[in-house]
Amino acid sequence: MKILVPVKRVVDYNVKIRVKADGTGVETQNVKMSMNPFDEIAVEQAIRLKEAGLAEEIIAVSLGVTQSQETIRTALAMGADRGILVETDEALEPLGVAKCLQKIAEKEGPGLILMGKQAIDDDANQTPQMLSALLGWAQATYVSKLEIADGKAKVKREIDGGLENLEIALPAVLSVDLRLNEPRYASLPNIMKAKKKPIDTMSPADLGVDVSPRLVTLKVTEPPKRAGGVKVESVAELVDKLRNEAKVI
Amino acid sequence: MEFALSTEQEMMVETARRIGEQFGLDYWRDHDERKAFPREMWQAICDAGLCGVALAEEHGGSGLGMIELALAVEELCAGGAGATLAQIFMLNPIFGGVAISKFGTEAMKRDLLPGLVSGKINFCMALTEPDSGSNALEVRSFARADGNGWRLNGRKIWITGVPDAQKMLVIARTKKVEEVERKTQGMTLFMVDVGREGLTHQAIAKLGTNTLSSSNVFFDDVRVEPDEVVGTVDGGWPQLLEVLNTERIMTVAGCVGAARLASRLAVEYTSERKVFRGAPVGSYQGLQFPLAQCHAETQSARLMNLKAAWLHDQGLPYGSEANTAKLIAAQALSKTTERAMQSMGGMGYAKEMHVERLWRDARLFRFAPISEEMILNFIAQHDLGMPRSY
Repeated sequence: MKILVPVKRVVDYNVKIRVKADGTGVETQNVKMSMNPFDEIAVEQAIRLKEAGLAEEIIAVSLGVTQSQETIRTALAMGADRGILVETDEALEPLGVAKCLQKIAEKEGPGLILMGKQAIDDDANQTPQMLSALLGWAQATYVSKLEIADGKAKVKREIDGGLENLEIALPAVLSVDLRLNEPRYASLPNIMKAKKKPIDTMSPADLGVDVSPRLVTLKVTEPPKRAGGVKVESVAELVDKLRNEAKVI
Repeated sequence: MEFALSTEQEMMVETARRIGEQFGLDYWRDHDERKAFPREMWQAICDAGLCGVALAEEHGGSGLGMIELALAVEELCAGGAGATLAQIFMLNPIFGGVAISKFGTEAMKRDLLPGLVSGKINFCMALTEPDSGSNALEVRSFARADGNGWRLNGRKIWITGVPDAQKMLVIARTKKVEEVERKTQGMTLFMVDVGREGLTHQAIAKLGTNTLSSSNVFFDDVRVEPDEVVGTVDGGWPQLLEVLNTERIMTVAGCVGAARLASRLAVEYTSERKVFRGAPVGSYQGLQFPLAQCHAETQSARLMNLKAAWLHDQGLPYGSEANTAKLIAAQALSKTTERAMQSMGGMGYAKEMHVERLWRDARLFRFAPISEEMILNFIAQHDLGMPRSY
């Protein structure tokens, strides 16, 4: 079985995000970029499946600017076998990404697509669901435990108020949650080996996908600063404030 | 000139950053308190291939250079360890690794290097003696010919990491001073077992760097086998110098990482701490200027160290650069930890804030592995061409 793992290049989680002065987006110049942490969990899970003899090949895919190659290299250094870069300078939206991944999946024929439940930059949480619909494959989102056997995936999903157990047929799209595993760091010998692993580069047009944005960003602003809290004297005052000031009850 | 890191170097630094973070401030506070060798972290470092950065691929290393080793050590130290972690890199990949891979026999390389890279074998190095510190030519420990091998007698002091090591690189005279024309002749390097009969050691109570013990070592008729010679019999002095020079680069990498760490702790604390009028104390120039000065000095030392490492990797002389970087880095680290503590006020004195450990540890590097004064002597004599003063 092949496993396809999409990996996104995002602003590193340690970086304090700054809004650009002209309000068109967030500052990414001279800012440390890394692999989306949820995608790292997906890569780790794919490697564990391969180590357990349940997969033969792991393909890491990234979409975006040339430097997304570095994100693929990180996946290769962790243990993925080869990479595919869909190179474009367009600002990508979930549907465009899902369409490209659909084409790649149709060509590569993976038994499993493992991906982060969302990316920590736009937090859209849409691409896995859209991809599963486009492919007509089963899906399970927010996976926190995974077992593969007899062409099926047994998963535990993290849902509001508890855990849900599902059994779905492969091929399938799984989006992974934080508690699935703890990703390994790339060892130096593997970093050196990753240098020699192949990365195919193509454009969205090569895949026959139009990724031009469907949405227009009007303005990006900082969230309003949190005002300090106040102490109330009594329950009556609290209820009064909730009703008349906050207007939540 | 090229200052950008390659993708591989960046990934390696990221791996080092993560290990540094995983074995962070609390891990080191605990090990410092218990005077315990940071075994778990060293194993993680070896597992990630960061002990073998600069050792040959055929022996399990990655065949990279001092630049990569310096980058990895700095990042590991910046996570929470401070500069003392760099000392373990001196013990293993330098004293063990450089000595064996440059001057050791094929059998030694085959038997010891893979264990070094994987973390199974730890090393230490016995050079300094009670009457032979900065003047290493005064070494008196003597290996007397005995059959096809030697018998070693003498005393060493300030030997780092002995109780946690299996192998010791010993520098001893094999010809008495009276028998040679120059003092640089008649020295030999040996690689002996720490547990060998006649070798005893005793820890010295000290100020800091508590996770690595510093010991008095006594050789009482210790048997040395013929295949335990590293390099040339009676010709060990220039070989020793080659090993020691790379040690400077490790020291600076550790000092720079520790200074970054102390600076970060000070900035974090002073950005939150408010004393007067609701403004954080970090907004005062009186606190900012000294920390900014320390940062500038640390960065300058870092740059000079990477130049030394680059020269080393090109096979060019790098002694002046390595010594210059060591002088500035150790001073910048001392100053940074001092200013960080002062910026935190009384809390800087508390164990829970971690700066007091970095402050204690930092003091060592102003005289070890080489003193400020000896570096200034070196610069005056070799870089400025002034007469030898000592």
